[in-house]
Amino acid sequence: MSWDREKMCLRASKELKDGDYVNLGIGMPTLVANYISQDLNVTLQSENGMLGMGPFPLKGEEDADLINAGKQTITSLPESSYFSSADSFAMIRGGHIDLSILGAMEVSSKGDLANWMIPGKMVKGMGGAMDLVAGVKKVIVLMDHNAKDGSPKILNSCSLPLTGKEVVDLIITNLGVFEINNGIKLLEYAENVSKEEIIKKTGAEVLFTN
Amino acid sequence: MYKKNYKKIYNSPEESLKDILFDGMTIMSGGFGLCGLPENLILAIKKSGVTNLSVISNNAGTEGFGLGLLLETRQIKKAISSYVGENKLFEKQYLSGEIELEFNPQGTLAERIRAGGAGIPAFFTATGVGTVVSKNKETRFFNEKEYVMETGLVADLAIVKAWKGDEAGNLVFRKTARNFNPIMATAGKITVVEVEELLSVGELDPDQIHTPGIYVNRIIKGDNYSKAIENLTVREK
Repeated sequence: MSWDREKMCLRASKELKDGDYVNLGIGMPTLVANYISQDLNVTLQSENGMLGMGPFPLKGEEDADLINAGKQTITSLPESSYFSSADSFAMIRGGHIDLSILGAMEVSSKGDLANWMIPGKMVKGMGGAMDLVAGVKKVIVLMDHNAKDGSPKILNSCSLPLTGKEVVDLIITNLGVFEINNGIKLLEYAENVSKEEIIKKTGAEVLFTN
Repeated sequence: MYKKNYKKIYNSPEESLKDILFDGMTIMSGGFGLCGLPENLILAIKKSGVTNLSVISNNAGTEGFGLGLLLETRQIKKAISSYVGENKLFEKQYLSGEIELEFNPQGTLAERIRAGGAGIPAFFTATGVGTVVSKNKETRFFNEKEYVMETGLVADLAIVKAWKGDEAGNLVFRKTARNFNPIMATAGKITVVEVEELLSVGELDPDQIHTPGIYVNRIIKGDNYSKAIENLTVREK
């Protein structure tokens, strides 16, 4: 047993605090928006140039001029604002965004992140990922603990080209929650996950305090 | 009130580009994905047959849309972009060596264009430090943090899409179709803009103008916007 995608997103949503400005990456991180507590005032940023991202539109109400960074149709909210790509990344680079949740292919025990390129395969580009990890105050990686072939994604050092060096603060996987702070420390086990399973499935030394 | 004779208005995309285009030129093209694309101007560039282009654009379009149209005719020699996924034709031409590609992180690309338009030749950013992006570039420490030097970008021509514009070239963008358009308008040696609504001066509120007319050399009213949606996503009631 471990966390399924829903439980991973739910756990990631607990990292959001009242008043936070948050950027959610493409894929599973986008789904975290569905689990944000109604009691919290959280503003979502979309790096193509919007603050205050609303839900997906109802069918027939989509607007081609209103999309998110994943090119999905979205809606606005009463508090929304639009701005240029330069203003958007000034916000990101300038440290005004509190939190970013991204996916990853590899994370090292030093917090290095690789999530944009596999050499030998067609390269799509880094988009805004390098800017986000370099500028946002807190970076959380939300990913499966292991690749599809079972190989570990948390490693002593990344083998893939980096997106950022020493940038990740927290990793949430199907096996638990890990903090990066002079090495990797387990903060929380997922349901019915043992210390032995984590050791077996991780490519770096993990510090356990419980 | 005095009346000026505004000379920025052109009657068609072809006419607005006629004496500007040349082989081997650098063109900035606004838009993010398929959102806020200068559709009519891209089509006119395609029709012109101008070739060996270097294009600066966040994406490379998709098949049949945006800069994808100029890939079909092999008019592009080099692309400076942050993300070119979702385009099989680009992939094919890149892998066969027909197209040269320079990836920039999206925020670095945006700032390079902003800097270019603002007369700033270079700047330092933390984005890309310790990655392939900072390879062979000057790095420097400020307050014990490492930064990489990136250069400003300008282009022979910037093609821009706005929602509304007036005779003086003042522009207003709509929602997330703004994206790279206003900064590219500042960084073209010549900037040509297409708008959905072309207005007389006085019809736009000066307090609400996103791009002042000084950056706009030529303006046309665009037609037949496809406004394609790349990733239609809807919710249940």
